[in-house]
Order: sequence, then C-alpha cells, then structure tokens
Amino acid sequence: MSALLQLSRVSKSFAGIRVLKDVDFDVRPGEVHALMGENGAGKSTLIKIISGVHTPDEGGIIRIGDTQHKALSSRAAARAGIATVYQELLLFPELSVAENVFLGHAPRTRLGTLDWSLMRRQARQLLDSLDSHDLDVDAKVGTLSVANRQRVEIAKALSQNARVLIMDEPTAALADADVRRLMIVVKRLRERGVGIVYVSHKLPEVFEIADRVTVLRDGALIGTHPIAEVTEQSLVAMMVGRDIAQLFPKPVPNIGDVILRVKGLCFGDRVRDISFDLRRGEILGIAGLVGSGRTEMALTIFGITPATAGSIELDGRVISISSPRQARDLGIAYVPEDRGLQGLVRPMSIAQNVSMASLHRVTNGLFMRFAEEIRLAVDAIARLGIRARGPEQVVGQLSGGNQQKVVLGKWLATNPRILIMDEPTRGIDVGAKSEIHALMGKLAQEGMAIVMISSELPEVLGMADRVLVMNGGTSVATIGRAEASPETVGAAMTLATRSLEVAQ
Amino acid sequence: MTSDHAPAFVAKRTGLVRFISTYGQEVVIAGAIIALFVLVSLVSPRFLSANNLNTIISGNAYIAVAAIGMSMIIITGHIDVSVGALIGVLATISGTLATAGYPVWIAWTLPILIGVGINAIVGALVAYGRIPSIVVTLGMLSILRGGLVSITGGAWINDLPPDFHLAQQRLLDIPVPIWFMVVLTLGAFMWMRHTAFGRSLFAIGGNIEAARAAGIPVERRVVQVFMIHGAFAGLATVLFATQLRVIQSTVPPNLELTIITAAVIGGVSILGGTGTVIGSTLAAILFSAIGSAMIFINVSPYWLRAVIGVLILITVLVDIARRVREQRSAKR
Repeated sequence: MSALLQLSRVSKSFAGIRVLKDVDFDVRPGEVHALMGENGAGKSTLIKIISGVHTPDEGGIIRIGDTQHKALSSRAAARAGIATVYQELLLFPELSVAENVFLGHAPRTRLGTLDWSLMRRQARQLLDSLDSHDLDVDAKVGTLSVANRQRVEIAKALSQNARVLIMDEPTAALADADVRRLMIVVKRLRERGVGIVYVSHKLPEVFEIADRVTVLRDGALIGTHPIAEVTEQSLVAMMVGRDIAQLFPKPVPNIGDVILRVKGLCFGDRVRDISFDLRRGEILGIAGLVGSGRTEMALTIFGITPATAGSIELDGRVISISSPRQARDLGIAYVPEDRGLQGLVRPMSIAQNVSMASLHRVTNGLFMRFAEEIRLAVDAIARLGIRARGPEQVVGQLSGGNQQKVVLGKWLATNPRILIMDEPTRGIDVGAKSEIHALMGKLAQEGMAIVMISSELPEVLGMADRVLVMNGGTSVATIGRAEASPETVGAAMTLATRSLEVAQ
Repeated sequence: MTSDHAPAFVAKRTGLVRFISTYGQEVVIAGAIIALFVLVSLVSPRFLSANNLNTIISGNAYIAVAAIGMSMIIITGHIDVSVGALIGVLATISGTLATAGYPVWIAWTLPILIGVGINAIVGALVAYGRIPSIVVTLGMLSILRGGLVSITGGAWINDLPPDFHLAQQRLLDIPVPIWFMVVLTLGAFMWMRHTAFGRSLFAIGGNIEAARAAGIPVERRVVQVFMIHGAFAGLATVLFATQLRVIQSTVPPNLELTIITAAVIGGVSILGGTGTVIGSTLAAILFSAIGSAMIFINVSPYWLRAVIGVLILITVLVDIARRVREQRSAKR
C-alpha cells in the first residue's frame, strides 16, 4: 500500500533551537495514524509542516503521491488534499454552517454569483455523510456546540476533497457522548479511504481507533508501530522516556495542618458543590478534562468570579472573597492559565511586572521606592533563574518559559501562603519546565500550600501529593499519591459525564 | 535550553541608550521643535524673538494642559472625545460668573470643580456601567455642545472684568500660561512615574485583566483618572477663557481632536499602556510652532491641520511597527 504522504528526515528549528529532529512520518489511505507525545514533543510542529504553516529546515523531503517537495506552502498542501481540524476551531461565528463549509471555494452560478441553493444542498449532503442529520445548514455557527462546530470543520475539510485529514486533539473539549459520535465519523472517513493523522493524549481513544501510532519525544522520532504491537505501558514509556519518578524529582513532603477548607463552593452552574481541604506543605493536583470547571474553580477561590454559594475557611476562620485584591491580601496567589491574558503587562519591564501585586510594599506612603522594586526583581531573577538582560528588560521580549517565571515571581513577591497554579508549564520548554517543577517542590517543602491545575497527567501524577479529579464542574474523586495512576485518575476524569448531562 | 540558575545579564545598557529607548518620542519631538526654530529663523530671524516665542508657547498652553489629562486617560486605555465641548461649557460658566460680579477666584476655580464632577459621572459610567469610553464621551459631547448652544444661543461673552484675565498676566516676566504648562507637566510626569497610582494606570492600560488579578482596584482607578482629567480640563479652561477679551461659546472646532492628537504624537500609544505627559506638552508646542512658522514663511495656515494629520499617521504607524517588531522579537 503506497503512502498518500511521506516525510523523510524532516527537521525544524525556531531561533536556533531544534524542535524537530530528522523525523520520518507517513500516512496511508484508509488508516488512522495516531501521533502522540508530551506537550512540547513536536507534534504541533510536525502537523504544521504537513499543512504548510511551517517551512521545514533544509534536508528533509516531503513526498505526496509521486511528487517530491522540500517544503509545502499552505496553498500547495490544500491543493494536495491535506486539511486540518485544529484544536481551536477556525470558523466564523456570524456566518451560517453552509457558508463556513464553503468559505473560499463556494459554488458559483454561471453569472459568477454565489450559488446558494447548490451550496446549501452540498453542505447538507456532506453533513448527512457525517451522520449529522440534525445539524441545520442555515444555523449560525456561533450558536452551535463545540461538537457540532467540529463537525462543520470536518465537513469543510471534506468539501475540499481532503485525502489527508489532520485532527489536532479533536476530543480535548468534547463530552463523552460526543467523543463516541466523533469516533463513528472518523471510522466512516477511514472507510472512504481518507488518511487520518490523529493527535491525542488519550490512550483509550488511540487504542480504539488507531491503526498505527507514532511517538515523538523532545522533537525526535521514538518509533512508529502498528497498534497491536504496543500496550498502554509501552506507549507511556515511549512518550515519557523516563520513569515518572525520575522526571519529577519530588522532595519528601512535609505536610502540616489544614490551611484552606472549601465547602460546597459554587459559581453559577460552572462550579458546582466543590469541597476539599488543603494542607500546609501539600501539592494538591487538580485533574480533569478541558471544560471540567478546574480553571473556573480557581477563579472563584481567587475572587475573580466570586462564589455564588458555599464557604471558604482560612486557618479555620470563615472568610468571603469577592475580589482578587481581597484574595491577595489574605495570602492567596493565582498564577493564571493564560499568562498573556491575566498574567503579564507586556510593554512593562520585568521589575514593573514583578512588583505589580506588591505595589504597597514598594511605596513609602506616596512615592515608589525604585531601589526596592529593582531588588524584588533581582531576587525573582535569581530565585527563579529568569534569563534576561536585567530587571528593566521589557517582558514582551522574553521567551515563554521566562515570561511564566516572571508571573510566578510577581506572585511569590507577595509572600503567599497558598499558591494556585493553573497549567504552570503549558507551552514552555523542557528545561524551564523541570526548573518550575523543582521550585514547586521546594516551595511546598518550605510550607507553602500549592494547588496545581494541569492537563498533563504525568505532571499531576509526578508532582501532586493528592489528586482532586473534576468533571462537569464538580469534584468526582480525591485520590492519594499512592493510589493515583493513569488508570484511576483517567477513569475518574471521563466517568459520569453522561449522568451529569442528564441532570442538566 | 541551558539550565544555569544564575541571572544572565547579557549586557548593561548605558544610561543614555536607556534614556533614548524610554523617551524616544519626546527626544524626537524636542529635536523637531529645535530644527523648526533653526530653519525658520534662517528665513525670518524675527521668528526667534522673545515676543514670538512667548506667543507660540503661551497661546497653546491650554491645549498642553488639557493634553496632560488626556494622556493619562489614553495611557489607562480609554479616550475622551468630549473634552473640547467640556472646555467650552466650563469657559462659558467661568465668564458668566465673572460678568455676574462674583469674585474672579470663584470664576477661576468653580469650573475646575464642575469639570471634576462631570467627569466623575463619565468615569462611573465607563467603569461601573461597563460602557466603552468612546460611547460615553460621544454622548457627553452631544449633551454639552447641544446644551451650550441652546442655552447661550451662540452668544459671546463680553465685558469681562479686567482682573479676570489671568492668562494675560506675567510672573517673573514669563506669561502665566507657561508657568501653568511647565509646572503641571512636570508635576504630572513625576506623579505618573513615581507613584503607585501612576503605575496602576499604566498597568490597567497595558493589560486590564492582569491589573485586576494583581489586586489593583481597576474600577476605582478609572473613575479617579477621569476626575483628574476633568481637573486638567478645568485648568485648561482657566487659561483658555482668560486669554482673550471675549469668550466664544463656540470653542475652537475640533479642539478635542487637537488635544488627542497632541497626546498621540507625544508618544502615548493609542492602544494604552505606554507614554509620558511630557511628550504631549512638547507636541502641543510643536503644533503651535508649525502654525506660527507657516505664517512666517507665507504658507496658508490652513495647511496646519493637514500637516498635523500627516504627523498622526506617521506616529501611529511607527507605534504599530514597534509593537509588531517587539512581538516578533519575543522568542517562543
């Protein structure tokens, strides 16, 4: 069986850092080829090279059918029938389903105007072929659920006669029932001879649907195997490459008294009846799928979206938190999921960002004490290993990992007792990641209570003393470090979604 | 991907380089003003006479003063298009009080308080009503301008008492408006740079969510900065209303645009978060100097607006290019 698409010895560097090293990869007609690896392993770079977004370095060859390319433009990729369904769906919310499906290649009448009836009819046929008879071609995309929007994306790809369909974590934001429908759609596409590149973190899905699996780690190809030849254990070992215990060097915890007690916490219907205790010196891992309410819970505790019901006790005293300012003054810090959105002021210097949550500490009554501010920044730079020209460098110029450290430095400057970290290592390189993990371990050992929200199961399992699993806005399980495993935590993450949906 | 923990200071930049990179726009405008003075004085030496310099600088001082408050508003990420109309209303109130026989200090100070009060309402609508500032101030613009014309019928105020004309007086042989402009500009510059309050305005304009998450009381600060801006509008009114023998209820048309333009050309990013109030004052002087230079070299002063328009486009393009470059240079 000849491949639809074949990559040989493809590499890619960004700013001198090789993020993909001599990778071979191929896609055959009528197969689901799973692409796996940790965050930062190079999966996104690889699929972006295939879809023509990134130009690979010299030396690699991309073969499509009989023609060879050194690189693909996104136009050439589209012409060759390569389409991508991205994680963040690229649709226009104000346009209808049919318009989105045919955006850029709408059928025309002989007069050159849009042929609306043909467009609607073809969109209908495409959606029917995806088992989506219930999806209205005239509905505005903005009104659709995530799962339906994803089907529109798939229909859009098919409308361009896609022969290779890349799906980037298609189930990351889907509920269980929708995942199963998606599986049916993917199988149907495979029967039609479409070659599917399926990027996913979720082992059960991969075992259900994939024919072959390729694992990347730190930008290198670890191996491509038929699915029958691998087990869950061997896949995890290939992805992580090391024992989890080695990857996350965790100091012996020194767990003290309960510092924070959350009882029946609610925010609207997005955070529902969450209760947990947090102890001094403890790292509490929060696991759950995207949309399970993890971030919403953090925002509620931190006062950005104040609780609508329930109680929070700090040191046994009931408190109410209605603004981030209050939370900060109580010794709670929140390092946000999206450092661009809630973390950094990019045009400002490192020093100005680090002092931002401690302005009262660097003023004498009225005026700022710049020497004190610089001292805070120099401390943060030294303590966190921020690589920068100096405390006055503008943070917009730093790399992702160093930006994350600046946000962390800002909150550590407030001397918090409780540190909430939302996806603390998302999108940063492996070196910075392990530095942040080491720091978390050290802070906890010094007595700080840490709540760590993470989508990376190895990170949760490696760092947390206890794991609180969230699902559908509420806590469904608390698992101790000894019992926590990919199976126990993973099961709790995906369990019970259906019963919750019925309840809604 | 090295993992040394020591802070790696690649290079210490000298004070001068840092000064220029921080105050680049201010340096450029100051340079432009000097170049203009040199060039025009070659054609017409009278341009540099003390008399003409005083006229150039003091005539536009009220714009510079109003632009201080406007710069603070824009740095915070907002805009006020009603300030010209506000100055018109306040000037009329001031003149009416003076001609009605109230002491001149009341005619000078009451408009400042009213400016603060009106802008407190604007700020509250923006901060707590969550209405975009351009919408609120557009509404305020219509209310103020419409109200003013209806009540005054467009009449001018004459017969102002002689001691009312503060802007025509001199202190140590320097016109009072120049004192106002210099002292207020430097004071506001120090305030913005050296207080936690000023820092919080930059933070709000740079990233409002990050500012809020860091515990900065965003809503309160927005109301406060609008009130301060109202005070500067009131101070500008004092200079504007007392510089001529009459007060026209029709203030210079497009006054708000001139004030916003001074702030933007002065280096305040229209996207918020960066800039200083010194730049806007220099820009106000530059406008005035260009206008005067045109007269001296016999170019129709009507070209002034066109020249300023070109300056705006250049400034904004440079600002955007700088931001794009910064984003590119930010390594992933």
